[in-house]
Parts: sequence; C-alpha cells; structure tokens
Amino acid sequence: MTTEPILTVKNLSVVFPDNNGGLRALDDLSFEVHPRDFICFLGPSGSGKTTLLRIIASLLKPTTGEVNFIHNQRPEIGMVFQQSNLMPWRTVMDNIKLPLELENMDESAARIKAQEMIELVGLNGFEDSWPRDLSGGMAQRVAIARALIHDPDLLLLDEPFGSLDAITREHMWVELSRIWQAKQKTVIMVTHSINESLFLADKVLVLTQRPGKIKFELEVDLPRPRKDDIRYSPHFGKLARKLREAIE
Amino acid sequence: MDINPLQVFHPSAKRNRLWLNLLSLGLGLLCWQVTSVFSGVEVFILPSPLAVWSRFMVAVQDGSLFRDIGVTFSEVVLGLVVGVIVATVLGYSVAKSRPLEQVLSPYLVASQAIPVVAIAPLLVLWFGYGMLSKVLICALIVFFPVLINTIVGIRAVPQAFYDLMKSLRASRKQILTKVEIPAALPIFLGGLRIGATLSVIGAVVGELIGSKYGLGNLINRARVGYDMPMVYVAVFMLVFLALGLYGIVAQVEKRLLAWQEQK
Repeated sequence: MTTEPILTVKNLSVVFPDNNGGLRALDDLSFEVHPRDFICFLGPSGSGKTTLLRIIASLLKPTTGEVNFIHNQRPEIGMVFQQSNLMPWRTVMDNIKLPLELENMDESAARIKAQEMIELVGLNGFEDSWPRDLSGGMAQRVAIARALIHDPDLLLLDEPFGSLDAITREHMWVELSRIWQAKQKTVIMVTHSINESLFLADKVLVLTQRPGKIKFELEVDLPRPRKDDIRYSPHFGKLARKLREAIE
Repeated sequence: MDINPLQVFHPSAKRNRLWLNLLSLGLGLLCWQVTSVFSGVEVFILPSPLAVWSRFMVAVQDGSLFRDIGVTFSEVVLGLVVGVIVATVLGYSVAKSRPLEQVLSPYLVASQAIPVVAIAPLLVLWFGYGMLSKVLICALIVFFPVLINTIVGIRAVPQAFYDLMKSLRASRKQILTKVEIPAALPIFLGGLRIGATLSVIGAVVGELIGSKYGLGNLINRARVGYDMPMVYVAVFMLVFLALGLYGIVAQVEKRLLAWQEQK
C-alpha cells in the first residue's frame, strides 16, 4: 500500500505496576495501519489485546514506545466493547445518537442520522425499545451503530461478539462484513477466534501469551465480499491451520 | 415502583389491591372505636376515632390547624432541600476524590453517629424558637442517607461508560450530565425517599423541644391542655405529611426511572 499510515506503533511496551517489578502486558509491538485496512489481533486471553486497544483509544498511556497518528492527532474513534455498554436509561435511538449529542449536533439532524444507522444494522421498529428488551445480538448491533454514527476515522472492536452465542456470532460476522463493505472504515479488531479473524480481516497479527508480542503475520487473501460459506472453502481451512499453529 | 405507599413490602405486586388496604384500615378504626367506648378508659387517655374526627373538623373550621401544618410543612421541605443540596454536592465530591474523603470522613461519620435528638436542644438554643432551628435539624437528619446514597450511586457508575465517553472525547460536564447523573439516579432517589420521611421526624423533634408553631408544638399545647383528641389529630397530620412526601418521591421515581420498570 502506498498511502500514508493512519496509525504507526513503534516499540510499544506496557507494564502495569504491581508488587514484584510490574506486570508486563505488551512487549515491543510495532505495526502500521493504513486507511481502510481491516486489521485483526488474534491472541489467547491475557495477551494484552484489550490493553492495546485502550492505548490506541488514548484511554491508557504506553510505558515505552510510540503511538503516532496521521497529522499528529488522535482521529475520531468509534469503539465497540465486549459487552454492548448501552446506557439502560436511553432508548435504542438515544443510545445510537449519543456521539452526535456530544458533538452538539442539532437534534433533528441527529435523529435522521440515527435512523439511517438503525436501518443499516437492521433494527427498524426497535427505535424506542429499552436496552433491557434487546437480545445480546441486537444490543451489539446497537453498539455497532453507535460506534459508526459520527463517521469515525478509526473503528476499534474489542472482542465485539465475545458475549454472543456461536450461531448469533457467525451471523454478526456476515453483518459486520457487509457494514464494513458499505462504510469502508479503517478497523482494528481484537479477538481470540481464528474463524472470526479470518472471516473479517485483511491482515491477522498473532499475539503471544503475556507479555503480548507479535509472533506471526498473515495476509488474508480471501475474496470480498465474503459470504457465510467461505468458511468451508479449502483455502480458509489452510489459513486457519496456519493461524492455529502460530498460536501454539 | 409503587405509588401506594402502603404497598412498600411488595413493590412488584401487579394488582393494586386498594380495597384490602381500606378494609384493614376500616377494621382497625372499628376496633379502636369499640375499645374506647366499652373499655371504660378515660377519654383523655384514649379518645375514640369519632371524637378525634370531630375535633379535627373543629380545628379545620377555626383555621388553627392550617397554621401549624403550614409551619411544619415549610420546615420539612426547606430542610429537605437544604440537606439534599449539601449532601449531593459533598457526596459527589467525596465520591470523586479519595483525599477529600479522607479529610471529611471523620466529620461525615460523626454527623451520623450523634443522634439528632441529642443535639436538637443545642440547635434550638443556638438558632432560636423559630423555623430556622427546625430547618437545620431537618437538613441534618436528611443529610446522611442522601450523602451515602449519592456516594454509592456515583461510585457504582461502570468504568466502561467512562471509557466509552472518553473514546468519544466527551467533556467533564457531558460525562456528568449524560452518564453520572442518570446512572446514579436510582440509588440517589432511594436515599431521597428515606430522607423525605426522616425530615418529618426532624421537624417534630425540633418543635417538641422549643417552638412557637407547628404540629409538634400543637402536640405539646394540646397535651398540656388535656385536649387528647387534638394530640391524635396532630399525629395523624404528621402521618399524612410523611406519606404525602413519600408518595411524591415515589411518583418522581416512577417518571424518571421508567427505563427500569420490569415487564
């Protein structure tokens, strides 16, 4: 790719203070993310995946190393967490338009944009529902809509489907793939699911057990748009095997 | 969220069986009437409900009751407002700052450890027989439950909401109005519910110790004059005042916390 990277990470390490010399969560990570990349970090739990996303979102400072954004300022970020993190006192509509409220956008304009997002994630008719009345999959769709509504430059997904059952999760992969195709965002996702990373990403970086280190890199050359049945193709199986071996 | 304050023990009960409440109240009154008429207990010790009712009508007609109700009501509401404002501001500050908590906690705990009944005479001595001393007693008694619930409510806001707001570059003020206040509201209103009824107790304690007007003062005046039916009238007025305030808070809860309601 010839474009300038939107994010450059150099020699990033994170150590959390504890009683015996500190807990090293991430160790000497370096990578670049280009516009419209879909990058996935794959690793077992305890490999510092969430820590990495928190650092990119500027919620946490690195102990050593650099995190540089294009134009030297943190771009607009949309984040989807493991849990949907919907505010229970807001309806679906109000949850989705929260990022626009924070930008002080005009109420009626915000509602129109939120309605578009509701249609994009397929939740028509649930505008006025409370989060408590949604299934896990629906709640996560709302979270995705909320992360996209303010048109962020960078989308961070922290095991976004980790709390869903297997069938809903696979269905959400197809949905996310379709949404990504439509929006062409730059995405950084972390997950511990090999299939999830292959189905969604252009490039998979495998992290080791704590402290997290990049030990393997894989370009996913599966054609897009990806349909559900791509998971049963021989090439998908070959790539999955490579990743599986890299994790061991 | 019940509106009927008599159903506090089963707030989730779907059907509001008002007739059962009324039946129970009616039976209670009947027992009281029968006891006072047939037991031979002197009227100035146990007046009958009918005697209390007719005394109530007299006090309503000559207007004397309204003055006392008005004074007590004002003290209770003013005390509640002052107590809630101070407790909310302090509670929020303490919840957000550990050092401040360390500095203030001895005083905050002491404010609860000292029984209000014990220092009420001092407050009356310092601030006089007028309404000011009662407002302060009410504020003091309301202070602690509201303070504690504010602290607990703010501390219970999930870290994930802060992460979300910061990832969206929310300002301090936006985090306060869009996350902290709505998230803490259920617990805060629980404290307010307790505070509202406690405030009535505060006002009466103050008035019994030294006052010019108010329902507590009326109890003292009637008792000294052996006007027992009037004592009962005053007591019932206090009950209605407390129930009314409780009902208002419950209504506010019902409106603000609609998102919480179970199907």
